[in-house]
Amino acid sequence: MEVLFYTILTLCVLGILAAVILYFVAQKFKVEEDPRIDEVEKMLPGANCGGCGFAGCRGLSEALVKRDDISALFCPVGGGDTMKAVAAYLGKAAAEKEPQTATIRCGGTCEKRPRTNKFDGAKSCAVAASLYVGETGCAFGCLGYGDCADVCTFGAITINPTTGLPEVDPDKCTACGACVKACPKRVIELRKKWPKNRAVYVSCVSKDKGAAVMKACKAGCIGCGKCEKVCPFGAITVEGNLAYIDPAKCKLCRKCVNECPTGAIKLVGMEPLPKAPKAAPAAAPKAAAAAAAPKAVEGPATIALKASGTNPLMLLNAKKAVMESKADKSVEGAVVALKESGLKPLKYMR
Amino acid sequence: MKTFPMGGVHPQENKLSRAKAIEVLPLPEVVQIPLGQHIGAPATAKVAKGDKVLTGQLIAEATGFMSANIHSPISGTVQSVDMVENGQGLRQMMITIKREGDEWVETIDRSTELKRECTLESAAIIAKIKDAGIVGMGGATFPTHVKLSIPPGKKAECLIINGVECEPYLTSDHRTMLELGEEMLVGVEILMKAIGVDKAIVGIENNKPDAIAHLTELSKKFKGIVIEPLKVMYPQGGEKQLIAAVTGRQVPPPPALPIDVGAVVCNASTTYAVYRAVQKNMPLIERVVTLTGKGVKEPKNLLTRMGTPIQTLIDAAGGLPEDAGKVINGGPMMGRAMINLASPVTKGCSGITIMSGQDAERKEPGQCMKCAKCVSACPMGLEPYLLAKLAKKRQWEQMEAEMITSCIECGCCQSTCPAYLPLLDWVRLGKQTVMGLIRARMAAQAPKK
Repeated sequence: MEVLFYTILTLCVLGILAAVILYFVAQKFKVEEDPRIDEVEKMLPGANCGGCGFAGCRGLSEALVKRDDISALFCPVGGGDTMKAVAAYLGKAAAEKEPQTATIRCGGTCEKRPRTNKFDGAKSCAVAASLYVGETGCAFGCLGYGDCADVCTFGAITINPTTGLPEVDPDKCTACGACVKACPKRVIELRKKWPKNRAVYVSCVSKDKGAAVMKACKAGCIGCGKCEKVCPFGAITVEGNLAYIDPAKCKLCRKCVNECPTGAIKLVGMEPLPKAPKAAPAAAPKAAAAAAAPKAVEGPATIALKASGTNPLMLLNAKKAVMESKADKSVEGAVVALKESGLKPLKYMR
Repeated sequence: MKTFPMGGVHPQENKLSRAKAIEVLPLPEVVQIPLGQHIGAPATAKVAKGDKVLTGQLIAEATGFMSANIHSPISGTVQSVDMVENGQGLRQMMITIKREGDEWVETIDRSTELKRECTLESAAIIAKIKDAGIVGMGGATFPTHVKLSIPPGKKAECLIINGVECEPYLTSDHRTMLELGEEMLVGVEILMKAIGVDKAIVGIENNKPDAIAHLTELSKKFKGIVIEPLKVMYPQGGEKQLIAAVTGRQVPPPPALPIDVGAVVCNASTTYAVYRAVQKNMPLIERVVTLTGKGVKEPKNLLTRMGTPIQTLIDAAGGLPEDAGKVINGGPMMGRAMINLASPVTKGCSGITIMSGQDAERKEPGQCMKCAKCVSACPMGLEPYLLAKLAKKRQWEQMEAEMITSCIECGCCQSTCPAYLPLLDWVRLGKQTVMGLIRARMAAQAPKK
């Protein structure tokens, strides 16, 4: 019994002694840290994804507190709202960015892009890309081993086994950009996130000439430039045999979608425009309504000049009339010109 | 018998074409010459579409010191200088030449008689080797003139000739030593003169007794050349392994080079090419390529002009076997599988191995069981299982700390793995990425100086 008593007593004394020493040591070596860092970290989503460029949320919150100008810092996961809240707390000006989502710019499904060989190495896009061109004839497209899905911390990317291509769940995607960095073929792009997850984009990154693209893949961009011509907003540029839709300029008018001969321009979350619209009666009232509000539009290209029952010559004439009406730059003028040419206007772009 | 001290494996040798004399492949009708077929900067094209070229004419010039000249292997008209798919399907700048007749540059001596005496000085020899565009023909394609230009402050003590040919299936060096042995030994003499040493060791693995006997007999006529039989062990043909086997010296990890331990290593075929370049003014426009494989009707050693489509070689050996699964540029250990048989033979292509049937397929990988067989097999003393794991997790800095840059990509780890893990795939990826990071870091540091 005595042994037990002394044991407990010794341990208690030792414990108290150690506590006292530790208390003074802790006072002596205390690290002064801005308490706001903890507060800001609490506001951040805590995903530690690295999308901001820092190793984790702690790194970003330190930078947010320490830097005077935080306009270069942005948390893609939290988005504009989080940044606003943080900025308000710190009394600084927040960076504003439109919400974005990762977009897979390759439409080469197993069906559209036949496999020409079999890869039996390590199942990784990075490994395959370092060794050779890939299992298909396309040197630019998705390899399909899912490096993007592996690095996604949010489970937003999955490889669809039937198409062999990754699919992004826009609701889960936070645009942290990890997949963009992981993709050795640079197929993934962060594009503007439209309401209801709508999107129009060129689902191809091949810079090959048209014939080579056609040989390798039936869904590739052949760089024909039809979309570039039809785009009323100048959002599409064709460079190096590849069309690119600038998300900042695109207004989702969907004209290019119908124009694309290979279906490389993808439309998500919306119905496509009717392919060959029937003659105008149904559309006429709309046209009139549009004409009633004389809003300047950029030239006559916005008017669809396809009408049934007109011969090509008439169409040409109508085109000419419309071209001439360009001078006054109004829809009204265009409609008048159309009427004079004996054609009915079909549809307007808003 | 000597060998290197650490790691290594002994795969089935399968030297099917060992007894086949070198055959001359008929001249190809069209050749494609890649501008980058050596380590270093790709050469700069000196011809344009429509130009007439002669056999042996310079068509692409070395870009800077670490690069090599390229000569036309046939005479004819340049059809294009454009991006063409290589064996791996990747685009590469290539010069395409269509053959017309067989006209040579006049200065080239095409006679076959032996020319023993070489009166040139060291600098002149190296200049001639540089002009001839000679690179290491064992597969690494390191420009030979760079290797021979000893950096100031360092001194070569010994020349080592690599006649090991440890890679299974391949026999091109073996046949070169056997059939062109005397020429090769003259090449050794020239190289000794170039780097200023009086001692040369020719390392040959013991599975080539005929070559060892032949060269030992011939070497009596030469001064300072020793033939050293070595125990059969892969990857003895690796530069550092051969130095360790022959001299017992260990080359420190990169950026150290063999010259830091006083050794200069040159491959047997390269040495023969040096003889031809210095004594006969013959640029590097042809080489012996082994076409082999268990399913191949007639495995052969073919003397082939550079740029010949690989399909032509396969046809010469009886066509592609029906059950062919993989056509490998190189041997089964270090070679790379090809998807484009229209791609050309290059300076570093010592053989084409066709794997058929089951041999061609990798087995389904399992789980690493930490048996550490890869660690004991690694001739560089690395831990391949760890490196593969780090590469998978993209921890490049950690890989650098684990000495990934020492890896010689010999494939011992993968061949010995009982779980059939694709270790080499990951390690290669890691090495490539880390080397890229190091280069980027050096480029970032350079302007500060």
